[in-house]
Amino acid sequence: MFSDLGMNDIWILATASLVAASAALVGVFLILRKQALIGDAISHSVLLGIVLAFLLTDSRSLPVMLTGAVLIGLLTAWLSDTLHRVGKLQSDASIGIVFTLFFAVGVILVSLYAGQIDLDQECVLYGEIAFVPFDTIYIGGLEDGTDIGPRAFWGISIVFLIVLISISLGFKRLETIAFHPNLAVSLGINVVFWHYFLMTLVSITTVASFDAVGAILVVALLVIPASSAYLLAKSLKTMLWIAVAYSQAAVLIGYSLAFILDSSISASIAVSAGLLLFITIISLQIKRFYQRTQSIEAAHKAVNE
Amino acid sequence: MEAFTLLEPTSTWDTLLAFWRFEDMNVLWVLIGSILLGMSASVIGAFAFLRKRSLIGDALAHAALPGVMMAFLLFQTRDPLIMFLGAVTSSFIGFFLIDWLPKNTKIKPDAALAITLSFFFALGLMLLSFIQGMDVSNKSGLDKILFGQAAAMTQADIKLLAYVTITILITVALFFQKLRLIAFNRTYAKTIGMAVNFYELVLALLIVMSVVVGLQLVGVVLMAAVLLTPIAAARFWSNELNHILILSALLGAVSAIISTQVSYLAPAMPTGPWMVVSLSLLFILSLFFAPQKGLLKRHLEHKQLRQKVAEENILRTLYKLVERNQQDQQDFNQSDIQALRSVPTESLQKTLKTLCKKQLIESSARGFRLTKNGLELATQLTRRHRLWENYLNEQAELTPEQVHKQAERIEHILTDSQEQQLQAELTNADSDPHGNPIPRQTATSGGKR
Amino acid sequence: MANNVNSHPPLTVEHLSMRYHHKPVLTDVSFQIPEGKSIAIVGPNGAGKSTLLKGIMGLEKTIEGQVKFFGESLDKKRLSTAYVPQREEIDWDFPINVMDVVLMGRHGHLKLWQRPSEIDRQIAEQALKDLKMWNFRDRQISQLSGGQQQRVFLARALAQQANLYLMDEPFAGVDVATEKAIIELFNKLKDQGKTIVCVHHDLNTVGEYFDWIVFINARLVAAGPAEEVLTKENLNKTYGGRLSLLNDLTEEMYRTQLNKAHDTE
Repeated sequence: MFSDLGMNDIWILATASLVAASAALVGVFLILRKQALIGDAISHSVLLGIVLAFLLTDSRSLPVMLTGAVLIGLLTAWLSDTLHRVGKLQSDASIGIVFTLFFAVGVILVSLYAGQIDLDQECVLYGEIAFVPFDTIYIGGLEDGTDIGPRAFWGISIVFLIVLISISLGFKRLETIAFHPNLAVSLGINVVFWHYFLMTLVSITTVASFDAVGAILVVALLVIPASSAYLLAKSLKTMLWIAVAYSQAAVLIGYSLAFILDSSISASIAVSAGLLLFITIISLQIKRFYQRTQSIEAAHKAVNE
Repeated sequence: MEAFTLLEPTSTWDTLLAFWRFEDMNVLWVLIGSILLGMSASVIGAFAFLRKRSLIGDALAHAALPGVMMAFLLFQTRDPLIMFLGAVTSSFIGFFLIDWLPKNTKIKPDAALAITLSFFFALGLMLLSFIQGMDVSNKSGLDKILFGQAAAMTQADIKLLAYVTITILITVALFFQKLRLIAFNRTYAKTIGMAVNFYELVLALLIVMSVVVGLQLVGVVLMAAVLLTPIAAARFWSNELNHILILSALLGAVSAIISTQVSYLAPAMPTGPWMVVSLSLLFILSLFFAPQKGLLKRHLEHKQLRQKVAEENILRTLYKLVERNQQDQQDFNQSDIQALRSVPTESLQKTLKTLCKKQLIESSARGFRLTKNGLELATQLTRRHRLWENYLNEQAELTPEQVHKQAERIEHILTDSQEQQLQAELTNADSDPHGNPIPRQTATSGGKR
Repeated sequence: MANNVNSHPPLTVEHLSMRYHHKPVLTDVSFQIPEGKSIAIVGPNGAGKSTLLKGIMGLEKTIEGQVKFFGESLDKKRLSTAYVPQREEIDWDFPINVMDVVLMGRHGHLKLWQRPSEIDRQIAEQALKDLKMWNFRDRQISQLSGGQQQRVFLARALAQQANLYLMDEPFAGVDVATEKAIIELFNKLKDQGKTIVCVHHDLNTVGEYFDWIVFINARLVAAGPAEEVLTKENLNKTYGGRLSLLNDLTEEMYRTQLNKAHDTE
């Protein structure tokens, strides 16, 4: 099946693999900081950021989209926190209230301006990874310029680089904060700054993934590979590697699955990520069960002797 | 604005009238259905909220999607009951998974929720895209459950909706006491021998049912808000659970009416987002303007308190001035007051004016003097201040330097009964730690407060 | 560190008040502790011992009051202050090994882009050896016993090379070997002129393990050398229940935000 991969398939695979990798890297910190739900919330809200940025500037260039998404992402995080403090609501309730409102407004705007934005309810949900190769960037004008590849690919490449550099630079800080926020504070690390920094990474990752996988499926890519890695890893570094490995496996399996079933590529990738997680959980359970029976047997032997 | 400008303003009005005249019987059914849904979802969502599982509805709604698709794939029909059963089954699997993962693996509860939600949703979308690639009849409209479309509901849909929501409302009414106790204090409910697990299962089933039945109206993605936002808003209005429940049911109903109308006016519009937006508006209104716990009310209360504190501080300062001058001098001017207490001149003038208006002080030759009422109140405040200083000094063993600042605050909120309790507990109720005498209670003290 | 710290006590708490929601936890607590001693903070459950420690470290909001470290604010003295949290605060499933946890103690000395140097590693190694945990350096933290986990935390604090150590119940739920190791550590630190402040719950051992005691029960009851303040009277006052009127009214004060209602002062 992979023998007759065309150029388009390669672009799709490359884009999907970068989306999955960036989401997995960021997701590791969401899982460790127990902020999976705020990741879910931001990936929903980002839709509003994209629509508003487009309506205000009439452009879909990467910087505009990134700015819109980051602003709305940070606003989501901040509003949820404020509602929790001022309104005295449980934190997950305040998260739920904020992101459903933002997402609802986003969907309404998409329906209202459906003719003007090349966005519809469908692509909010699935993304349009199959069409990614057709929206390309030309350098030096549309007519005589050279085609350097899909817009979405370059967008996610840049975001992937940002994520990679941020994590390698801030590795030790992020590790300390994730492991023990109070210790981080006592060491003089600015936990609030790093929290919003992480939220910024989540926002830019979701917006760059938007074209490819839509607003909701990116949650699966944020949370699931990182959770698989959490079950296996013995250090933060290995957890990051394992998460990326899982995400890449999910991309390959998902792409084949979509090819066989003629189903949505992005949904199939997310489903594969989930299947890999469940396989991991089941093998760990079996291993645990096996070890337990072994130790019981050993104990029996010891008693008998 | 394409979807909207298709309708002229007048025709919008006409359509609205047509809506409320129920010329189309179907409209009436949809309206009743959505009101019922709004009510039952808010009520059941309230219990999820109280059990601190606010986002469970979000996960369960997403988890319903693959069930619907599987049911369609297996039976090739869009019979509401079959769809419903399919959705309930997969929602329940989701519910179980959210519970199972944190208990049996290292995965934490928040991650378990996000994993279940996104995985089931992806599975549902994958099946949906697979179905759309298939060559089967009546597959169109399946995607309507993503964002909800009231206008697309059939009679059969609404009948099922009505049965399920009424069942939910009746069950909640029947088990209200038990559900409340479990929501309030689960461990205690267990110790008195209640079948907590049974009721929790009932609650889970009700949540799953109300989520599933709402999908066509609200949609998978935003169902969470319909469960969560009404109770969050209602909580600002009251502290009593049955009031809160009734109110959140009302809010749910109002938002249902609004969104059904929008869906009728602009049939291309998804209903769910409108329901969420109207609910959110109601929430914001409640957050700011609820009469008991709203932010505005809190702000006003605090402002009143500031005013009261400022007034009482001036009264006590005047008392001290009188005391210091051994009653020889009764009237004082602003700088006398400011010599004893640093108050910005502007706010001092304002406070003095209010005190005059309340006839607690009156203007005199030098400036101001306490009236009879004012003196009484000032005596009482001084008494409370000094009693409290004594209490802190005697019982909490704070030094005389420490006690003043605290007494400065507490004097404003001490009640009569607390004052008496203080007096009873103190061995020395005659002078404060600084050596000042504690004034005796005057005959009519406790009057104007 | 230079000796110029002698002029200021390692820790001064002035008029510290804290609350949880509207409930007053601590009211107007002031004390000063001497250098080179081990100090226990003692009080009944819910007396605000851990809260006091968190307030001192700026981990929880204080309503009022000041804390001075060697006469200066915490920000200026972060590196010379080490904090050891309660074990329950941590996700022990976190993917990290013992060595990396101890190296965290060196972060305060490093810039964002710096990685722990060979010297940092040697310091961490010495800290682990001091607590007899060197053989466990590559273990993932979930594979340690309770006492071993505590020793890892202590090693981390040790690696920070601070002058003041604040510990939240280091003796809670540890085995005898660890208890002994902690006492040895205390003595060694004190020999180097360093100061240790611990939340402690065991009245039987407090006189034996600590030089100084701070009794609290929502307010300061007594503070001073163990042999002076460890009296029946102080114990009665500390464990004899709270002053209900004081409690009720302080709660009422926070609820109405009376403490923010004064525009004078």
